[in-house]
Amino acid sequence: MDPLQLEGTSKTPHVHFDPGTGNLELKGRSIPENSIDFYKPLIDWLDRYGRTSAGNTTLSVQLEYFNTSSSKCILDLFKKLEGIRAQGNEVSVLWHYEEDDEDMLEAGEDYAGIINVPFRMIQIQEVDEK
Amino acid sequence: MPIWSACFVISDLLYRTLRMIDQIHDLYDSLERQRILLSFKGDLTPELVTALLGLVERKMEVIEPDAKGRKRVFNVVMECLQNLYHHNERPDHGSSDAPSEAEPHGVVMIAQLDDGYSILTGNFMAGKDVVRVKEHLDRINGMKPDELREFYRTTLNNGQFGERGGGGLGMIDIARKSGGKLEYGFVPFNDYSAFFSLNVNVTT
Repeated sequence: MDPLQLEGTSKTPHVHFDPGTGNLELKGRSIPENSIDFYKPLIDWLDRYGRTSAGNTTLSVQLEYFNTSSSKCILDLFKKLEGIRAQGNEVSVLWHYEEDDEDMLEAGEDYAGIINVPFRMIQIQEVDEK
Repeated sequence: MPIWSACFVISDLLYRTLRMIDQIHDLYDSLERQRILLSFKGDLTPELVTALLGLVERKMEVIEPDAKGRKRVFNVVMECLQNLYHHNERPDHGSSDAPSEAEPHGVVMIAQLDDGYSILTGNFMAGKDVVRVKEHLDRINGMKPDELREFYRTTLNNGQFGERGGGGLGMIDIARKSGGKLEYGFVPFNDYSAFFSLNVNVTT
């Protein structure tokens, strides 16, 4: 299975999903007008990954901003992870938030309250958009 | 052409030029007095939303020292602009052959206040949706911060999402980031359409 790699833009995050290591990364901004167009390939990729080659998996989320249109799509990503965990794999989410950004911390806690996957909240200085 | 008539043409032109200069100066003065960061009326495209957000972000970096406040303003402006983009509807006249006289444009204005920012938006919407939107906004305005957070979570988890993906989360998020009440109004346009105005204050 091929990795999924997308460059970040001013409205969409940098994506690097590596099936070999199980490290999945989402970083930057997620504020597109039509989030479903952007997230569909990511959700499809996770679906294939879950059915064919999933092992222990860590999703690292490091977002500076995300819009409400993205929030449901991000929940869908987490739901795929829930399924991968239910197969007996170790799965975790590393939720990064910038120092003093309580809103982003709360957003992570909101997801952690809905999704049955362990979340680790990690405080950082500033989201590096590269 | 007699001399006096040429003089009249020149003085008329001069008069109009002076008046125009006055108007531009008045506009500048009024924007300055009201501390307007951004004012835009027109059709939004994703590219324009990006450009306007970039502009707001750059200005905020200069005038707002508080990073959390900057982010909240950016978030609210982003949701408001995307609301405008998605609900940028031409007023409906109830018949497809009757061309609309009003333009489908939305309007947005961001002003600096003594204790924060005011984000104002306006757009046309279908009259039949007014009651539903009003109920949603009143429900949000009746909630305390922890109730809003719970409402956000349940809407995120159980909400019905349309093609736009938001599914009613936008206004809840705007209210959470604002920390204040959403000020809104509807002006009936005709039997089918209404003009919706929203003011969101973000305290920094």
